[in-house]
Amino acid sequence: MSSTALLIKDLVEKHGKNRNSLMPILQGIVQEERYLSEDAMINVAKELDLSTADVYGTASFYTFLDTVPRGKNIIRICKTISCHMKGKDEIIETVENMLKVKVGETSHDRNFTLLTANCLGWCHQGPVMLINDDIYPDLNPGKATSILEEYMKAH
Amino acid sequence: METNVLKKVDIIFDITDCDYLKILDRCMSKTQDEVILDIIDSGLKGRGGAGFPTGLKWKFTKNEDSDVKYVICNADEGEPGTFKDREILDRVPEKVFTGMAICGYAIGAKEGYIYLRGEYNFLKKNLQAKIDLFNKQTIEKNFDFTIFLRSGSGAYICGEESALFESMEGFRGEPRNKPPYPTIAGYNWKPTVINNVETLVYVSMICNLGPDKFKELGTKDSRGSKVFSVSGDTPNAGIYEIELGMPLEQFVDAFGDGDTKAVQVGGASGHCVPRKNFNDTIIGFEGIPTGGSMMIFNSSRSMYNVLHDYLEFFTEESCGQCTPCRVGCQQLLKGIEAVKKGDRKPSYLEELKKLALTMKSAAKCGLGQSVANPFNSIIDNFREEIIY
Ligand SMILES: Cc1cc2nc3c(=O)[nH]c(=O)nc-3n(C[C@H](O)[C@H](O)[C@H](O)COP(=O)(O)O)c2cc1C
Ligand code: SF4
Ligand code: FES
Repeated sequence: MSSTALLIKDLVEKHGKNRNSLMPILQGIVQEERYLSEDAMINVAKELDLSTADVYGTASFYTFLDTVPRGKNIIRICKTISCHMKGKDEIIETVENMLKVKVGETSHDRNFTLLTANCLGWCHQGPVMLINDDIYPDLNPGKATSILEEYMKAH
Repeated sequence: METNVLKKVDIIFDITDCDYLKILDRCMSKTQDEVILDIIDSGLKGRGGAGFPTGLKWKFTKNEDSDVKYVICNADEGEPGTFKDREILDRVPEKVFTGMAICGYAIGAKEGYIYLRGEYNFLKKNLQAKIDLFNKQTIEKNFDFTIFLRSGSGAYICGEESALFESMEGFRGEPRNKPPYPTIAGYNWKPTVINNVETLVYVSMICNLGPDKFKELGTKDSRGSKVFSVSGDTPNAGIYEIELGMPLEQFVDAFGDGDTKAVQVGGASGHCVPRKNFNDTIIGFEGIPTGGSMMIFNSSRSMYNVLHDYLEFFTEESCGQCTPCRVGCQQLLKGIEAVKKGDRKPSYLEELKKLALTMKSAAKCGLGQSVANPFNSIIDNFREEIIY
């Protein structure tokens, strides 16, 4: 059995074999693999006795349930108004230059995907970014650079 | 009209005299109807934006004949400019759980769910540990109520109650037709109370201190206080609990930077109030109600950019299910771009305002229906900035 299939088996066991478990199961896969592969969706459909189209239909609705391959670390920079006013453009530029990618792209070494997001709920401390599940408020270009350097070192 | 002076209060985050297990005991020594009457009597209205009377919502749900009912805490907090629910769940989660348990007791539900937006996943570990402890304590009391934690996956529309149920059931987060309302058919199409995080905290506070204490605050139409999320051009960005019913003028005096041009009350889907109207705008259900988002803009800001940002937000977050909203959001965005570029005459803005009003009456849910709020208020008050 592939590692994805094993993961899905575990998730189904943990959350239950019914449609109400679909979101937690898909979220669990993304947590481990950063995106939902075709294989993963077919497998989930089988396990829950749903059509694959149904699983894809749900997955494709949600921004955090990616169906295209993503880097090991997903960076989401808030682009909504309060962060816009506090300089999110500079942060995006800094990160783009460091990783040599544009928003929406994944770095060559597949370590980082750079995305923007709508309001992340830290408007009083913008600009702000999420890296995977971790939040980094009160950013400036220097701070963003050192945070990313830490992540780069870890890989 | 009855108005208040701006008064900061400390109820939500205050943890003195707040033994939540005692609060639960006290509630359970009353009948279900007595608890609901206390909430009705307090005048508490929902803090998630729509402002429906909480006690009535509970009463309707209690009156439904069903073995299975649910309590849901809406922690999807996606409205731009809002960050209070995160802070509440981080600092005083037990108050939220207690509010849910009180509701469970009052309406006869055995399960409660917290739907936490995916952007707040970093809260999950800590929150789950506290939920586990709370669940253990309710079992020890022989009170059959269990709280579960569920996550969103980055869709603003899932804060809309029926979209939230769809999401929890494993579907696309597309709002349902109403009626039936959640009180009759909510999660799993069973009678459901869905309340905002902050609403549930006020519930536990009302049960702790009594409805009269709550009623002392606010005005006739807007009882109590409210947590505001303040951002934008302010030296005091952050979270503040303030008595409802204050004039916006006083808010601006307290939080503005001395050069405030406009305040967006209620987030992207709220209203933009220009300086000339600060004095006669009341923050509360008799004036402009708000889920708590207060974005302050000073005179250096382009209101075109602000409106453009909001419209991009709605275009991206529209679930796309109904045509007035899916196409309407895009056309409003393209429309102001065309007027700005000079491809369209300024009078085209009138057509766009009509389109926004059409969306208000024809869109299926609150998202599409509320785009006219920011759109028309910004166009009406800052027309020059949109055109030139
Ligand atoms: C597009 C949209 C997004 C919403 N997002 C939220 C939200 O994030 N949190 C919330 O409590 N209510 C939100 N609501 C309101 C809910 O549908 C519902 O009215 C609310 O959770 C009821 O709780 P309350 O009565 O305690 O305010 C949203 C509504 C709409 C139309
Ligand atoms: S109004 Fe917009 S968000 Fe609401 S159902 Fe229609 S398309 Fe979806
Ligand atoms: S606008 Fe960026 S966190 Fe809210």
